[in-house]
Amino acid sequence: MTSSLLDRARDLARRFSVFLILLIIGLVFAVGSDDFLTASNLLNVALQTSIIAIVALGMTFTILTAGIDLSVGSVMALSGALAAGFAVRRGLGTYGGIGGALVAGLLVGAVNGLLIIKGGMPPFVATLAMMTAARGLTLVYTQGRPIAGIEKSFIFWGTGQVLGIPVPVILLAVLSLVAHGVLRYTRFGLHVYATGGSEEITRLAGVPPDRVKLAVYVISGFTAALGGVLLTARLWSAQPNAATGWELDAIAAPVLGGVSLFGGVGGVGGTLVGAFIIGVLSNGLNLLGIPSYYQQVIKGVVFILAVLLDLLTKERR
Amino acid sequence: MADNTENGAFLEMRDISKGFPGVQAVEDVTFEVTCPEIHALVGENGAGKTTLMKILTGAYHQDEGEIWLRGEQVAINTPSDAQGLGISMIHQELSLLPYLTIGQNIYLGREPGARIPGVIAWGTLYDRAERWLERLNVDLNPRTEVQYLSIAEQQMVEVAKALSLNADLIVMDEPTSSLTERETTVLFDVMRSLKDEGVSLVFISHRLEEVFEIADRVTVLRDGKRIGTAPISELDEDQVVKMMVGRELGKMYPKTNAESGPVVLEATNLSDGRELHGVDVQLRAGEILGVAGLVGAGRTALAETLFGVRSATSGEVRIDGRPVRIDSPGKAMRLGMGLVPEDRKQQGLFMNMAVRENVVLSAMDQVTEWIFVNGVEARRLAKRFVERLDIRTPGLSQRVRNLSGGNQQKVVIARWLTRKPKVLILDEPTRGIDVSAKAEIHGLMSQLAEDGVAVLMISSELPEILGISDRILVMREGRVAGEFAPDEATQDDLMYAATGGKANHDE
Repeated sequence: MTSSLLDRARDLARRFSVFLILLIIGLVFAVGSDDFLTASNLLNVALQTSIIAIVALGMTFTILTAGIDLSVGSVMALSGALAAGFAVRRGLGTYGGIGGALVAGLLVGAVNGLLIIKGGMPPFVATLAMMTAARGLTLVYTQGRPIAGIEKSFIFWGTGQVLGIPVPVILLAVLSLVAHGVLRYTRFGLHVYATGGSEEITRLAGVPPDRVKLAVYVISGFTAALGGVLLTARLWSAQPNAATGWELDAIAAPVLGGVSLFGGVGGVGGTLVGAFIIGVLSNGLNLLGIPSYYQQVIKGVVFILAVLLDLLTKERR
Repeated sequence: MADNTENGAFLEMRDISKGFPGVQAVEDVTFEVTCPEIHALVGENGAGKTTLMKILTGAYHQDEGEIWLRGEQVAINTPSDAQGLGISMIHQELSLLPYLTIGQNIYLGREPGARIPGVIAWGTLYDRAERWLERLNVDLNPRTEVQYLSIAEQQMVEVAKALSLNADLIVMDEPTSSLTERETTVLFDVMRSLKDEGVSLVFISHRLEEVFEIADRVTVLRDGKRIGTAPISELDEDQVVKMMVGRELGKMYPKTNAESGPVVLEATNLSDGRELHGVDVQLRAGEILGVAGLVGAGRTALAETLFGVRSATSGEVRIDGRPVRIDSPGKAMRLGMGLVPEDRKQQGLFMNMAVRENVVLSAMDQVTEWIFVNGVEARRLAKRFVERLDIRTPGLSQRVRNLSGGNQQKVVIARWLTRKPKVLILDEPTRGIDVSAKAEIHGLMSQLAEDGVAVLMISSELPEILGISDRILVMREGRVAGEFAPDEATQDDLMYAATGGKANHDE
């Protein structure tokens, strides 16, 4: 019993360690720049982080099942283009466009899931192919040109505020609560962790892991599509090359936050902390006036340090 | 009709046959379990025990034969069919998820629901899990993650899970293979009390002394056929072994009378900073040094520190009298040492690679010209050792995964022998290996000792330690707790030393 208490203390230390890094980074910036610790800047950080964090929430589900979704960046671009295209070119209006884009995201996620469970493809391969295909579809649909002309009601979702809080931040908060609730309190959530732990054991317990896996890719498709819609709203237009490379940040956030790439370990809290480490770093380095080339190097170093610290606090065999 | 009165056949598997491509795994086997009883199912690997039990628990479907339960014929096509009928199986490789809690593992797939659909009533779940643990007299918090439990505790969770499924027939496949003697005693107490409560147990084990301790009846399978079923009181160990192997075994523990040579390996005050606290050990050419002790006593730590898997924090190691510093397995190998690890599947073998590759892997320098592997030479080398160790494999290119446990272990040993080691350390070399392969591995160790190799064997099986060692060290809590000569020591003496005073037979 005493040993399990110790273990629990170690668990806490581990969870805390990533949060600690976020605090340290924040502290450094607060000392280095007078502008960092202002309400308006912190809201700005939250706004800039919110879109990638929403995508990272969906990614958390796939990683928890020991999978991955490399297609999210492309899906963001595709759904953003479809949303603008449906709304403007087809005249379906803001909500027709957004609704269509979200459905497209769900469908792409379902295709990913089916390739993995029916086709037996490793998630890395299936979603890598989808990453290329969805980007191609975006270019085909947009003819390589931005789609502008979306209405104010659309733009509101990316730039509007309610009670002084940016809409994407509110969406992130709501979705985080939902995701956390699903993972901690529902059967499906438990089955996500079980599938990531061992599909074989999960199957023996009478839970079909294939259904769980299909569901997590649909979820990831949905959050990516929502991210794409918000990005389009924030940029006032759909860009065919939007969100290129964002899948890396969407993966880095949960991994920084202690979600194991081997599945079965981690949660929403970690993903949020991970996403904010990324967001705060970008913001703070800009405030300090660090040239963007150096920013990349610093970010890489910080990620390495964060993951190293995480590994060090883990029990070593 | 469906009345399972005492001594009525509670379960009857009648004339069961099951074939796989190329092999008749089970042939015309009839197997009966009364209620309640502890029924041991024994036989060598490949005898059909697991296949028969997988048919019973719905993992396989029989080609022929009927299953009757409580006087009615039943169809068992899936594991959930079996569960619905109150039949549970606890597999040798435990099927628990390490990052889930005890309660989550027990109720996975059957979570009690709260009022909101899809939401789990955690309070109810943990209350129920706690009650099952209490019934087994296990002092564990159901909210503890399984990763923090010992193997023995995990086994108790499996039993609790089976009980929570309302199982009245529990099949346990080699439940004691990774338990210490003390943990085994606890498990046996639980098994007996389950029997008292009307649960029947099928107990698969390779350890005959345990079968004789716990079972009411025993059924012996060989080559997929039933050789016999009898009350355990009517048999002795020799008879059971004879039924299992179908012939008289040679002496179970072939004893070397090799002269011990000079000290080859000497370690003084060896510590690893965690599990090993100042161990002195001397190993002579031509002797088998048996190392006994409970799990966690530091035996594996000793092996791994000597072999450079762990780094020593203090102590001195000498080989042939010269002080050496062994800080990596590669260094140990260059100094003429070999380690047959405890977990051969994880640490000892490349399961998906061929027998040939696995054998020659440590002797690549012998079959390599410049940077190119000489395939003919590699084959020849592998073939020589496969023949020398009598490894039974359809061919050199067979994947190691498909070999029996005993033959897999011989492949690991063969790999070391290609390097002609001076010192060979074997950690639980016969765990999970059937009786005749075990005898062969014992013979092999004796042969090596006779050829002048210094052999250090770690084992949890006291009869094996006593039977094959020339000298015995007992470890406790990271220290040497005693040294014995095998012909002057009894199992109780070793147990006494290993447990630190509380003798086993007092309980």
